Amino acid sequence: MKVKDLVEKLNLKVLAGANGLDREIDGCYISDLLSDVMGNAQEGNIWITLQTHKNVMAVASLKEIACIILVKNLTANEDTVNQSNEEGLPLLQTSLPTYEIAGKVYNLIEK
Amino acid sequence: MHFEYTVIEGDFVNAGSASSSVKKTLKQLNVSPAIVKRVVVALYEAEVNAIAHAYGGVVTADIESNQITMRVIDKGPGIPDIEWAMQEGNSTARPEVRDMGFGAGMGLPNIKKNVDQLNVQSTVGVGTTVEMIVNLC
Repeated sequence: MKVKDLVEKLNLKVLAGANGLDREIDGCYISDLLSDVMGNAQEGNIWITLQTHKNVMAVASLKEIACIILVKNLTANEDTVNQSNEEGLPLLQTSLPTYEIAGKVYNLIEK
Repeated sequence: MHFEYTVIEGDFVNAGSASSSVKKTLKQLNVSPAIVKRVVVALYEAEVNAIAHAYGGVVTADIESNQITMRVIDKGPGIPDIEWAMQEGNSTARPEVRDMGFGAGMGLPNIKKNVDQLNVQSTVGVGTTVEMIVNLC
């Protein structure tokens, strides 16, 4: 499954990084602790978080995360958006809280 | 090959720039992806530690055919109890650093898990040197 399929099926808003919507998805990781993501997320994962600062992009890029989903309509600051566009690493947004979007992602990619 | 990067206290915006640069170089050298991943995790954590805790410092990376040696050398304040700092969950990070999702006490344990050799030397009031070696083949 590609990031663009996820966007379409879960009605996500693309905040930045639209040039990376063809990236392939392989699993998902959920954490708001950056060291936890650094230590445990896998290449190709979707990363669901409420953190919006630029270090999120640094971690996502280093770990080769497929895309980031920000929950509860959170918006990212400008340098996060810029890096997402530069790297082609999509920054997505949902109005749902983490629990609900996680359930939807699980049903979509694990079945 | 020798690389050197400056670390500025509290400069979270540039956290990961040394790791990103080293990652690109290792990929160009065709180092196996699994090894590159370990190097990146360790170096990123060490970079963030220096930004969050130290009064600035320097990151060096020396790439040889069989190993990479990375050193993060800071100007203090030093770690009073390295054994305590190495335990998962222990952290002295400030509340604003924790709010960013850092300071969970996972940095040094993450480093230890991903390198082949780790040496942490610290003198309170002087500084800390974290030396990390990863075998490349």
